[in-house]
Amino acid sequence: MKRAFPILGILTAILLIYALYQALVAAPTDQAQGDVYRIIYYHVPSAWTAFVLLFVNFGASVFYLIKRKPVADIVALVSAEVGVVFLTVNLVTGPIWARPVWGIWWTWDMRLTSTLVLWLIYVSYLFLRRFSSSGQTPLLAAALSVLGALCVPFVYFSIWFFRTQHPQPVIGGGGSIDPRMLHVLLINWLAFLCFAFLVCWSRYNLEVLQREVDHSQALESLMAPRGGAR
Amino acid sequence: MSAPTGITRATLFKDLRLEWRSKDAINSMLFFSLLVVVVFSFSFDPTAEESRQIAGGLIWVAFLFAAVVALNQTWAREIRNQVLDAYRVSPAPANSLFIAKTLGNFIFVAVLEALMTPLFIVFYRLRALGPVWQLILVAALGTWALVVNGTFFAAMSLRTRSREIMLPLLLFPISIPALLAMVQSTTAILNGEGAHFWIVLLVTYDLVFTTACLLLFETVLNAE
Repeated sequence: MKRAFPILGILTAILLIYALYQALVAAPTDQAQGDVYRIIYYHVPSAWTAFVLLFVNFGASVFYLIKRKPVADIVALVSAEVGVVFLTVNLVTGPIWARPVWGIWWTWDMRLTSTLVLWLIYVSYLFLRRFSSSGQTPLLAAALSVLGALCVPFVYFSIWFFRTQHPQPVIGGGGSIDPRMLHVLLINWLAFLCFAFLVCWSRYNLEVLQREVDHSQALESLMAPRGGAR
Repeated sequence: MSAPTGITRATLFKDLRLEWRSKDAINSMLFFSLLVVVVFSFSFDPTAEESRQIAGGLIWVAFLFAAVVALNQTWAREIRNQVLDAYRVSPAPANSLFIAKTLGNFIFVAVLEALMTPLFIVFYRLRALGPVWQLILVAALGTWALVVNGTFFAAMSLRTRSREIMLPLLLFPISIPALLAMVQSTTAILNGEGAHFWIVLLVTYDLVFTTACLLLFETVLNAE
C-alpha cells in the first residue's frame, strides 16, 4: 500500500500532463468561440469529479449511519472536502468562461444556480463538521449529509421549473459536441478523477494520523499523574 | 399507541403554556418581522403593481428570519436543568418529543403569520388576483417545511459551538427549494396565475423531509 501511493502519483502526473497537452494543443479549436472554449476541459471534468465525490460522501454517510464504522466517517469527510474544492473550481472557471463568451460573469441560469445551491449545502456540511464537538461530529454530519442528498433532486427540479418559466438571457448551448472534443473531455475527466483520488487518499491518511494523535493525547492526559501534567 | 401521543401532547401543552405566560418567542418574532417589513418598504418603495411582484419574496424572507428566532429557542429551554438529558435516559420515544416541538413551532410561526399578513396587505397595498384558499394552503405547507427542518437542525446545532449562528447556516441551504416554491407560488397566486406545480413540490418536500427527520431524529438526539 505504501508503495502504491507514489506510483499512482507519478501515473496521475503523467496523465494530467497528457490531458493538458490534449486540451491545449491536440483538441480542435471551436468554430464559434475560438480558443477560449478550452477552459471546458477544466470546467466540466471538475464538476463531474465533484458529483462523483459528493455521491461517495452520501454513500459513506449512509454506511456510517448503519454500521457506525469510523472508516466510513473519514471517507465521508474526505470526499466532501475534496468535492467542495472541485465544485469551487467549477464555479470559478464558469464565470471566467462566461465573460468572453456570454458577455456576463454570472446569470441565474438553471445549471449555475443549482450548482451554487449544491455548493452551499456542502459548505454548510463542512461548517457543521468544523463547529461540532468531535465525539458527535460523525453522526450529526452523516445525518446532514443524508438530508443534503435528499435535497438535491428538489434543488434541480425546482430550479429547472423556475428557470424554464422565464426566458433565458443566454443559451447554454445544448446540441452535440465534436467526438474529438468529447474524447479529450473524457481524458481530462479521468486525469481529474485520478488526481482527486490521490488527494483523497493523502487526506485520508492525514485524518487517520490526526485521530491517532488526538486519541493518544487524550489517553496521555488521562494517564498523567494529577498536577504532574504539563 | 396512546403513550407516545400522550408524551407529545404533554410536551406540546407545556411549551404552549410556557409561551402563553412569557410570550418571549412570539413577541420577538413579531417585532423582528415588523422591522423587516419597514426596512424593506424603505429600501424598495414599491408601487402597487411592483409590490405584487415582490411581495411573495419579502413576506417569506421576513417569516423565515423571524422563524429562526423561535427555532433557536426551541431546545434552549430544555438545556437548562438538564431536561434534555433526563429525556434521553427516559424510555419516552424521541420522535414524540420531535413531533411536539415541531407542532409547537408550527403554531408559533402560524400565529406570527396570521398577525403579520394583514399588516403586509396594508403596507404593500396587496390584493390577490388568484384564489385566497390556495395562499392559505401554501402558507401551511411552507411553514411546515421550514419548521420541520428547523426543529431538526436546531437539535443538531445544539451540539455545536456558537449554536445560534449554526442554525441558519444549516437550515437555509436545505430550505432553498422549499423557499423557492413558497415565493413562486405566492407570487403566482397574487398575480392570478396557476401554482399547481409549486404546491405539489411543497407537498413532496414536506413528505420527504418529515419522514427523513423522523427517521434520523433519534440518532441526532442521542449522538455522543
